Amino acid sequence: MNPFDTLFPFGWQHYLLGVLTIGAGVALLYLFNGWVGGMSTVFSSTWSFVSRRSFFQQARLVDSRQWRLVYAAGVVLGALVWRFALNDGQAQTTSVPVWQLLLGGFLVGYGARLGNGCTSGHGICGLGALQLPSLGAVLTFMATAFLTANLLGALS
Amino acid sequence: MKPHQMNGAKALVTLLAGALFGFGLSLATMVQPEVVIGFLRFQDWGLMLVMGGAAGVTVLAYKGFPRWFAKPLLGGQFLTQPAQWNRQTLVGAALFGVGWGMSGVCPGPALASLGTGNTDVWWALLGVVLGALAHGKTAKG
Repeated sequence: MNPFDTLFPFGWQHYLLGVLTIGAGVALLYLFNGWVGGMSTVFSSTWSFVSRRSFFQQARLVDSRQWRLVYAAGVVLGALVWRFALNDGQAQTTSVPVWQLLLGGFLVGYGARLGNGCTSGHGICGLGALQLPSLGAVLTFMATAFLTANLLGALS
Repeated sequence: MKPHQMNGAKALVTLLAGALFGFGLSLATMVQPEVVIGFLRFQDWGLMLVMGGAAGVTVLAYKGFPRWFAKPLLGGQFLTQPAQWNRQTLVGAALFGVGWGMSGVCPGPALASLGTGNTDVWWALLGVVLGALAHGKTAKG
């Protein structure tokens, strides 16, 4: 068996195409608008529309909240186009238990905002900008994610 | 023009950039929690390829564009988002990883689930929304 099949039992071409598309999106946003397209800030900046708390009202969230919402809407649109162009319009499902999705999502939202970045903010944009703190963040969340996924896998 | 100010042309580019992001995530199957969890259990290395490859493309963008162009093509300025290494980054990243390993969902795919129609993942999206609120409510500043 060649090592590629071992590393990528589901093939690798779709990953490569996907990654180039994601990279093109982030690069486009920078080339035309000069903006860094991490995904998690929108979850804080959008709260600034409804919460008066000073944290949410800080300039870096209020100033960018409009384009971040448009960017998020684009993500939804892109996924919708994929669904109808390449997935026969079928809605996806997942078998991960609801409590894991809800609690895991909460920790993802809280942790990404506390750590100022997520898989795209630190992993794609931060590493892309060659920032050492982002490398530290990536290594940290990779380590705890590996541990958690394997622990839950062993228990189930 | 303020750095984050949006006009019609910039809005269109932003929508397109987001759409490429969401389409790419879906194409790379990163919107499926099972695929992400499978990677975290060492069954498939695609996620490494996706994150590393995307970072490779953005290195060119972030290092190259400011060198080749005085300012973004639609005006404004090339912004940077300096990351800091401190206790918050460490604790935040660690918690983020626990949640990611538990759910198989991170912020981009959580949003994309509205498009793929994966209603189960909407629970994770709700979690992210509430988690960001809890952070902002308890954060200093």
